[in-house]
Amino acid sequence: MQCCVCKEKPATVHLTQIVGEKMQKLDLCEDCAKAKGFNDPTSFAMADLMLGLGASQELDASAAGTEIKCPRCGFSQADFKKSGRLGCPECYQTFAEGLAGLLKTMHKGTRHVGKAPEALRQSREAGDRLKLLQKKLTKAISAEDYELAAQLRDEIKALSGAAPAKAR
Amino acid sequence: MKDIHQFLCSPAESTHRHGPHDRIVMSSRVRLARNLREHAFPGWAKKPERVKILETVLPAVSALPEMADAFGEAMDNLTALDKQLLVERHLISREHAAKNFGSGLVVNRAETFSVMINEEDHLRMQALRPGFQTREAWQAVDQLDSALEKKLNFAFDNDLGYLTACPTNLGTGIRVSAMLHLPGLVLAEQINPIIQSVNKLGLAVRGLYGEGTEALGNVFQVSNQMTLGESETTIVERLEKVLGQIIEHEENARQTLLEKKPKVVFNHIGRAYGILANAHSISSKETMNLLSLLRLGVDMELFPGTHRALVDELFLITQPAHLQKQISDKLSAEERDLIRADMVRERLKNVSRPVTK
Repeated sequence: MQCCVCKEKPATVHLTQIVGEKMQKLDLCEDCAKAKGFNDPTSFAMADLMLGLGASQELDASAAGTEIKCPRCGFSQADFKKSGRLGCPECYQTFAEGLAGLLKTMHKGTRHVGKAPEALRQSREAGDRLKLLQKKLTKAISAEDYELAAQLRDEIKALSGAAPAKAR
Repeated sequence: MKDIHQFLCSPAESTHRHGPHDRIVMSSRVRLARNLREHAFPGWAKKPERVKILETVLPAVSALPEMADAFGEAMDNLTALDKQLLVERHLISREHAAKNFGSGLVVNRAETFSVMINEEDHLRMQALRPGFQTREAWQAVDQLDSALEKKLNFAFDNDLGYLTACPTNLGTGIRVSAMLHLPGLVLAEQINPIIQSVNKLGLAVRGLYGEGTEALGNVFQVSNQMTLGESETTIVERLEKVLGQIIEHEENARQTLLEKKPKVVFNHIGRAYGILANAHSISSKETMNLLSLLRLGVDMELFPGTHRALVDELFLITQPAHLQKQISDKLSAEERDLIRADMVRERLKNVSRPVTK
């Protein structure tokens, strides 16, 4: 196994941390482990390290291709590197790909749970119900329960007719 | 221009507010980060856009019934001293105190709500309560947010929730925090393991004035860090649970100290009293650290007849901006140290030496 930092020397230091339900693993060679200050495995926050790694990988990827800019506010990935803040609400769509990994290491989950503006709450609930029905439908089909599948299909049809909008 | 010092109630009044467990939990707060859908975040928006945001948000917030008796002002209309005063009252962040043109503030007289406009996000609204009342603070700020969303178009995404300038606040945009006085754990040298285990639960421990500040006067702020993937109630409940445990540890530490090392405790408290009651020049930092021990002494009933509010008031009025506000002349740091010592001696005139039997 290769060291995940220098990608040269064999990894001899293996770190595992469980945060919530997520398991994070790191495999480092001895030199990189020392350089990162992991002689004492109890004294570091793995999330910080993972955050750093994730961020640099994301930036490398952007440097290789053409730089993405937010069409709405002109904010670039380099600006994000400088400030750690985004430019406008739409930046979350513009930089969705790069942010996905970052959010995973930062938060408990990647999907919002909790309060939503009243106006969006109903369509949001409908969307959640739709996802659930679709899951059930897939299950019913693989179980060859076509009667249930037909019933679910009708329910999905009715529901998506009522709330087709995905609030963005 | 209105004067914030005239508007806010006196330090005496503000430190006489009580709440559950206020021996240890000095105050609870919940803040929500919100942004307007159609504007760039404050850090990226140009001046005219920031002004436009302020002109939209300030009247909308000021018109809320919760803000019927409130102080609403643009930050460039406040003096550096006023801003420092607001920081010392924990009504605005240090970051917000550095803002000028295009940022604003609305705070109500009871100091239960404070809304920062164009801090890092367009809105940072917080509900504050004395003592351990995180749940009440959440309910209050939830209501404020619901009233405001009828007037302002908040940036929200079905998958990512409320969109914030920094991805660390994404989702619920919530930060639940409590300010804790933990002299027992510090004296018993148990504070570091406690901080470490609290960190492991995904919660942050910070100093008196939040991010990047030291724990002056043994005051620590505990707050959630993750905002996405969990509901507000789950976050509030988890923090409540952890706070309950910290309170228990602090009570146990105090008890154990009194049983096993009474001399150490009496020595610390006695010396703190000695210096505070007799000093003729004292810095703000030393005052806070010694007042913390005095507060512990009051909690341990070593100063019969003295109330915690006396110490809490001193804690507030001896800080630089509060001190400066009471004196009309501009003071140097050295002059402040003299006046601070005079003030503390005067207030402690009727407090007798600690009773240590």
